[in-house]
Amino acid sequence: MLNLMVGSQEPMNIPMGELLMAKPMHDTPMLDQLESGPWPSFVTGLKRLANDNDMMVDLLGQLETSYQTRKGYWKGGTVGVIGYGGGIIPRFTELKGENGKPVFPAAAEFHTLRIMPPPGMHYDTNTLRKMCDIWEKHGSGLIAFHGQSGDIMFQGATTDNVQPAFDELNEMGFDLGGAGPAVRTGMSCVGAARCEQSCVDEGRTMRMLVNNALDDMHRPALPYKFKYKVSGCPNDCMNSVQRADLATIGTWRDDMKVDQEEVKKYVADMGRKKIIDNVITRCPTQALSLNDDDTLSVDNKNCVRCMHCINVMTKALSPGDDKGVTLLCGCKRTLKIGDLMGTVIVPFMKLETDEDFEKLGELATEILDFFAENALEHERTGEMIERIGLVNFLEGVGLEIEPNMITRPRMNPYVRTDGWDEEAAKWQERQAAQ
Amino acid sequence: MADAPRMPIESGVPEMDPYLHPVLKKNYGNWKYHDRPRPGVLHHVAHSGDEIWTVRAGTQRQMDVYTIRKLMDIADEFAEGFVRFTIRSNIEFMVSAESKVQPLIDKLNAEGFPIGGTGNSVSMISHTQGWLHCDIPGTDASGAVKALMDDLYEEFVNEEMPNRVRITTSCCQINCGGQGDIAINIQHTKPPKIDHTQVANVCERPSVVARCPVAAIRPAMVNGKPSLEVDEKKCICCGACFPPCPPMQINDPEHSKFAIWVGGKNSNARSKPTFHKLVAAGIPNNPPRWPEVSEVVMKILSAYKQDAKDWERIGEWAERIGWPRFFEKTGLPFTKYHIDNWRGGRANLNASAHIRF
Repeated sequence: MLNLMVGSQEPMNIPMGELLMAKPMHDTPMLDQLESGPWPSFVTGLKRLANDNDMMVDLLGQLETSYQTRKGYWKGGTVGVIGYGGGIIPRFTELKGENGKPVFPAAAEFHTLRIMPPPGMHYDTNTLRKMCDIWEKHGSGLIAFHGQSGDIMFQGATTDNVQPAFDELNEMGFDLGGAGPAVRTGMSCVGAARCEQSCVDEGRTMRMLVNNALDDMHRPALPYKFKYKVSGCPNDCMNSVQRADLATIGTWRDDMKVDQEEVKKYVADMGRKKIIDNVITRCPTQALSLNDDDTLSVDNKNCVRCMHCINVMTKALSPGDDKGVTLLCGCKRTLKIGDLMGTVIVPFMKLETDEDFEKLGELATEILDFFAENALEHERTGEMIERIGLVNFLEGVGLEIEPNMITRPRMNPYVRTDGWDEEAAKWQERQAAQ
Repeated sequence: MADAPRMPIESGVPEMDPYLHPVLKKNYGNWKYHDRPRPGVLHHVAHSGDEIWTVRAGTQRQMDVYTIRKLMDIADEFAEGFVRFTIRSNIEFMVSAESKVQPLIDKLNAEGFPIGGTGNSVSMISHTQGWLHCDIPGTDASGAVKALMDDLYEEFVNEEMPNRVRITTSCCQINCGGQGDIAINIQHTKPPKIDHTQVANVCERPSVVARCPVAAIRPAMVNGKPSLEVDEKKCICCGACFPPCPPMQINDPEHSKFAIWVGGKNSNARSKPTFHKLVAAGIPNNPPRWPEVSEVVMKILSAYKQDAKDWERIGEWAERIGWPRFFEKTGLPFTKYHIDNWRGGRANLNASAHIRF
């Protein structure tokens, strides 16, 4: 007979023959309450893993403790794979007994591997089954599809098992994502793969942007994180305008397409009032008008590509043919100076040919390099632009100013304008060149 | 000599092609239109005439391998062996024949996966890691989301809202959950409690001082040891000092509360993108099911559902009816904390005679 401590409970006598079996479950009265109700329960999943996985038994013990005390018990540390400086999120338990030993020893190390999914998060079943097998062998068996930065998160490995788990996933064709002051895992919408509103090859764009910057992803040495996100149209399903340092949003510059026969059908089906109330009057620039014969007139010069009418009348309306992207730079959430949206830095660029992609790649590298050299420690691109001003940023990365970058001109007089004539001449020159 | 270690294959983001459903691959970039035959199902038609039906199911995001294998069995037997995930952790099954849709839905429902999250529904809540894995969490994420999605189940499987509703939760004020129509975020209410015995050992003090948005932290000697002190009158309890310096204990079981924010919108549709706005705070962090959070969310949703026009997002609705009426219709108290006094905050004050009576 062996004398074992199980969690913080009384010593238990376990016959040797049963040592191969999983350790007994801890009581989890609070977590148990998350097993009822109609939504799928992660607690039920954790418990099922715990049937033959000691790490999960103890993970449940620590999580239940957090529910009881309303405190977190993980701390970071340094765990990595050979050749890379980031991509693993190390977690060591801080929940220790008076003897300084972990209360839940089997979950004392519970690291996450961030693995980059294919663009659009598409999978065949074999790939996911293989990932499950690898994670059952080396990790806890818990996987999140996906984390907020777009990674597959393989949650719960001991320090020793991080390397073999990564090696097997890496051999499958998958690579670690970003963590820390580094280029982070990118995201792109389903886009061209299954959406008629797609204005650009989102997957190719995101893949090009991230894969051009792998050194800055895998060897974190930037002032702070840097994120690329790609949405195929201004619906911006990837929230790029609020979350990405460089947001790439699909758009078009010719007339949007109108199938007048389909418009008439919508009017017949929905009724004129509904079309007027839900489409015509909702256009932010009053660019739409319903004609007497139930066809639609569009003032394309004043259309701002907001997508609303196209979202409502999916069969009748669609983006034009001369497609490309708008680039915005510098969005982030609160800390430290407050929320920042992205700012337009390129109103339109084509993104079809290899040369177009190369041009975007070069610009992205320019921006990343400027950020690396000029941002302060722990400063995102948006904060840097706020500090140095948009004009200095644009000069630094070699972009020309243009009025699509502003909502309105300056409202305060605190500016020196002694270079006015030269600046006006530059503008005239650029206009003449077009 | 030992063998050279295995070096990583620096392959980056994998190609999409091998993982794409064949109909998606064939019609890449050539889709014509889509419609929604029922909640949870999308129907896309390509210029080639090909059609694809997508069935969207909710998941718990943090999935055990048994759940994933069950979903894969369903994908192989009832769909066509390919799936994808949405940004909100819903799983999508693509099938090339309409006849496969209903059996797939029946099977998913039988296995406990809700079908929905499309169009004007409340989709799955995007969330963070919380007590399960984060090193700085004020609360849990998966549990709070599970409890809330139980309450929102009917709104997930139906499309009865004026427009889509995107909810997020975050376990600290860094707000990794992101912007949302409704954002449920931890809001600390007391300055950090400092463990002065640890600061010198684990914190790079100048960088902690630099992190503070209101310059309330300064170096100090405490009991003969180098440490930090906080000007508690200045402190806004944001918790920015905690990640670089864990001895600045900001999480507090009692005083770390929830705040609820509304009107974040990333889409450019109709109005420009907006950030979410504070509407409620002081909500207790009450595991395992956080009923007080649900109560406020339900109040907001029910007022929105009743009063907003078709296609109006929560923020657009509040802007149209005006914030005084938002507080009236939701029954939420209006307090001095709603009035922005951060830099640039005067832009959020009413500088007009536009008043609704």
